[in-house]
Amino acid sequence: MTDGAAIDPPLGLLAELTHRCPLSCPYCSNPENLDRRSSELDTLTWKRVFAEAAALGVMQVHLSGGEPTARPDIVEITAHCRDVGLYTNLITSGINVAGAKLNALADAGLDHVQISFQGDISDQADHVSGMQGSHARKLELAAQVTGLGLPLTVNAVIHRGNADRVREMVQFAVDLGARRIEIAHVQYYGWALRNRDALMPTAEQVRTSAAAVDQSRTDFAGQIVIDAVVPDYYARRPKPCVGGWGRRSLNVTPAGKVLPCHAAETIPHLTFPNVRDQSLSDIWHDSDAFNAYRGTDWMAEPCQSCDRRDVDFGGCRCQALAMTGDAAATDPACQLSPFHARMIELAETAVAEVEASPLDTRYDYRRFL
Amino acid sequence: MIGDDTIPALPRGVRLREDQARGGFTLMAPERVLKLDPIANEVLKRVDGTVTVAMVVDDLARTFAADRAQIDRDVKSMLQGLADKRLLDLTGND
Repeated sequence: MTDGAAIDPPLGLLAELTHRCPLSCPYCSNPENLDRRSSELDTLTWKRVFAEAAALGVMQVHLSGGEPTARPDIVEITAHCRDVGLYTNLITSGINVAGAKLNALADAGLDHVQISFQGDISDQADHVSGMQGSHARKLELAAQVTGLGLPLTVNAVIHRGNADRVREMVQFAVDLGARRIEIAHVQYYGWALRNRDALMPTAEQVRTSAAAVDQSRTDFAGQIVIDAVVPDYYARRPKPCVGGWGRRSLNVTPAGKVLPCHAAETIPHLTFPNVRDQSLSDIWHDSDAFNAYRGTDWMAEPCQSCDRRDVDFGGCRCQALAMTGDAAATDPACQLSPFHARMIELAETAVAEVEASPLDTRYDYRRFL
Repeated sequence: MIGDDTIPALPRGVRLREDQARGGFTLMAPERVLKLDPIANEVLKRVDGTVTVAMVVDDLARTFAADRAQIDRDVKSMLQGLADKRLLDLTGND
């Protein structure tokens, strides 16, 4: 617990405008208990949230979901975000966006479009998204985005089924005219945790995919920016999750809950405030949930005396909870964690039986439960 | 490579913005908020998609009564760095 008054303002806000989505990706970052349409914030409330965010110091807003364009007010919301001074980033599945809707979003001042791609080969990508024909529709949108001169990011989530194709994914993104690609290994929370055995890459895949990222950075220098998210289970040090709890960014769920990260609701003893009840500024600075893991006072050993405690902040609280039962423990991704061996064992178990083809993988697809 | 006649331009989706909450100026770009030092801000303020690198350097040397050769090196290095990160378009260079 720390004093939130001294905390810097957040730079980014991820707005999960809706959890409705035409795709069913088995690694979806949404929680397992998805918010239903009836619980979603209305247009006026979202507008207030974005105005409060800009006043608080947020610079960039990520309009996400679910599929954010499933909301009929997406153009109005985008225009409002620009009006209050926010840089607007659309994070989309790419389904039902091409055509007049994208033109209207661009006219409203949309700054950047990020399209998720489930692979570079259509049948494999469609198998992962759970929707036949989805890959082709993403390609159509990508062409329209670059045709308008808008910056395009290809968001490539990496798992066992596509980890051998990182180099090809970068080439694919370059060919689409993307300025940026995210090579993001699956993070195992929520839906991805349910599908861990089907998604986990082998140790060999992790090595070759990292080498492919390095080589691609050289080969495509000046053409595309590659941001890589490394796979936790094979790491030696934990990632500084979301740049540290309550330090740089916040999430707002479709129903208005405010979280430090996607998975924070899995920590049962924390109560997350709602924008319906409190201002974003009060929540950021003064809520118990945001102050719970700020600073370093909450840390136990080996984090407390570690010289990297201000670098990685002990890693991810949600992963620590999921694997050790204690959200204040060291993230098991760290080799100093007593649970690190257990994490490696889980990865090894997951890849004990590997499919002959990515199309053979059986997923527990994301859906309303 | 960047030359005197290169015309730099901020592409769509990359823009300068004052940061009222923290002070100073930032370059806003996809998944990036780059805090600009005062010199970088002076350079990018002059980048409008019509003027050449030489004209930017001339104007800076005049405005700040500084060594033109030094400014030339610094400006080209900075602009090339941004172009490498796809945050700047360069046209007119061979």
